Amino acid sequence: MQATRALVLVSSDCESMERGAQLVYERLQQEIRAAGLQDEVVVSLLGDVGRHDALPMVIVYPEAVIYGPVRPDDVPFLVEEHLLKGRIAAGLQASTRELSGRIAWLSARQGTLPAERRIVLERAGLIDPEDIEDYILHDGYEALGKALTTMTPAQVIDEISRSGLRGRGGAGFPTGTKWRFVASAKGNHKYVICNADESEPGTFKDRLVLEGDPHSIVEAMAIAGYAVGANEGYVYVRGEYGLALERLSRAIDQARQMGFLGRGIFGSDFDFDIHIHVGAGAYICGEETALIESIEGKRGEPRSRPPYPTTHGLWGKPTLVNNVETLANVPPIIRNGAAWYRQFGTKSSPGTKVYTILGAVNVTGLIEVPMGITLREVIAIYGKGMRNGAAFKLAQTGGSSGSIIPASLQDTPMDFDSYARAGVSLGSGALLICDEDTCVVDLAKVLLNFFRVESCGKCTPCRIGTQRAHQILSTVAEGTAEMDDLKHLLALADGMADYSNCGLGQTAAVPIRDIMKHFRAEVEAHISLRLCPTGVCPMSGRQVMAA
Amino acid sequence: MSSTARLDEKVYTAVQQAIQRHGREREGLIPILSEVNRALGYLSPEALSEISRQMRVPKSQVFSVASFYRMLSTKPRGRHVIQFCESAPCHVVGGREVWQALQDELGLQSGETSADGRWTLVTTSCLGVCAVGPVVIVDNDIYGNVNRAQLPQILARYE
Repeated sequence: MQATRALVLVSSDCESMERGAQLVYERLQQEIRAAGLQDEVVVSLLGDVGRHDALPMVIVYPEAVIYGPVRPDDVPFLVEEHLLKGRIAAGLQASTRELSGRIAWLSARQGTLPAERRIVLERAGLIDPEDIEDYILHDGYEALGKALTTMTPAQVIDEISRSGLRGRGGAGFPTGTKWRFVASAKGNHKYVICNADESEPGTFKDRLVLEGDPHSIVEAMAIAGYAVGANEGYVYVRGEYGLALERLSRAIDQARQMGFLGRGIFGSDFDFDIHIHVGAGAYICGEETALIESIEGKRGEPRSRPPYPTTHGLWGKPTLVNNVETLANVPPIIRNGAAWYRQFGTKSSPGTKVYTILGAVNVTGLIEVPMGITLREVIAIYGKGMRNGAAFKLAQTGGSSGSIIPASLQDTPMDFDSYARAGVSLGSGALLICDEDTCVVDLAKVLLNFFRVESCGKCTPCRIGTQRAHQILSTVAEGTAEMDDLKHLLALADGMADYSNCGLGQTAAVPIRDIMKHFRAEVEAHISLRLCPTGVCPMSGRQVMAA
Repeated sequence: MSSTARLDEKVYTAVQQAIQRHGREREGLIPILSEVNRALGYLSPEALSEISRQMRVPKSQVFSVASFYRMLSTKPRGRHVIQFCESAPCHVVGGREVWQALQDELGLQSGETSADGRWTLVTTSCLGVCAVGPVVIVDNDIYGNVNRAQLPQILARYE
């Protein structure tokens, strides 16, 4: 890296790109050239910066001034004032109200988000995701080097086991145990798959890892390959994630050029390479056996299990499937050790969790916090309270693996075991916060519609159960249901939970059971009183009483 | 040359190029279908037959894969495809009203294509841009924080 006078960073997460970050980036390059500053000033794109209130943002170092939202037309003024005249471009600064006058990006992150602890997203927003050298400068590929030159595969697995890392895709299975299953499976051809088919409603954490720090996934997959004895990896990227795909492809090419992928990595006898498979739009492909079918060029229908992919996966070979967020935890654990990792989070769920906060709060967006924080804290600190001072009614934790968390559980620590004891689930990390204007019948109807549309159709309980449950909920919302319909609904839920082939059908029962358990009176009002207490449901089929 | 012969040529070229890039192994089927879908706008019966012939995969299997994935279409589509996210995060922040307004504005329901071939309207599950819901996607352009008043302006950008 050459010495430069100033570094100009442009936020380039999806949201910024959508708001013209690319134009701002190009205009900056033009204006800096026009001012003859191209040898003194470096312009670079970076990922998610951790705040979303003024995108696209431009951050100028060494002063660490944050500008935003910046439009292309603001650029000449910004360049002239800040880079030529050396003073802050008045009027363009992002709001500094939370920053008590300090404007370094570090305080931007720490000031707005006090208890954040970034491990998975440690570099996202800090480095140029398209430049491998920037990654290497920030400890990149150090963990891979350490694993290959100083550790045996068994030691790598031990370290991951001792760290207590658990799968972040939703199920929370111990990662080290899964690695050990694959390592000890018979066969000399094994695969590592990174599940980047993120499609749980409300979840976009994996997208931001891939957009902001794609090399961390390349590095983690190589470490996983070394540990389990695989020489080939696949990343299954969701078809809709164009920017993530572009950045990941570039990262893989760069890693090959630099020798972090390919033959004899770090002078060892370990070979590893990564292929990308782009999805074509199917939620079910996030289920690991459906994902494997899809890579093989088939319909994404889940297989019957056992046998599990750890012994019979891709093309029948032992296969390790890990979620993006899970893998992103691997390099920091190898670099810093299991004991370091265990200081974050809770005893049974160490580390951090990335959440997306959505819905009726003042600030929506992405946070990474230690496991064990409570929903009340998330809403108060990161969501900056409920929008319009409304009362918190419930949170929905996203897609097939999540559940509905009523207000009475807002002080339950958010970790795998505390939530399991309370009969709810963390899901994939989406936190859809709902206030009292949300109708639980309407919400369950939308969730069942999702399952109905995304059911692959392979097994009957799910294919027909989700359709029928959606129909019944629709009649409740229209005011034409009878009390007996609720019995049918619960019986359907039992059928789907007990007899579906995979997680999608099994958890399609969850919203039904949750609303009947926590909000029964509200549901029954739609039937006995023919009215929707929140006024959301159309109740269009109800009979008007004769005057 | 008749128009069908020209059409066949276009189909043949698209299939040929996709297969050259992704190979004849079964693993390449989905990438090939995606690429041909992009090139032709949809997967016509001729395109599916040609893929089946060249890859030596039964037509039934090619069709079963093509009809499974949301981003692949076996029906012709309008010049512009509008996708509306119908998942819960967009729904609870006003998506319901925007969806109704969008249908009224276009005179279309989900899955329909306008008579003039300008629009195809579809609903989709979560696209992962929930921080700016409700979300409408026209072709590859993402519009976030959409309200009903903005719809005419957004639609006017497309011919």
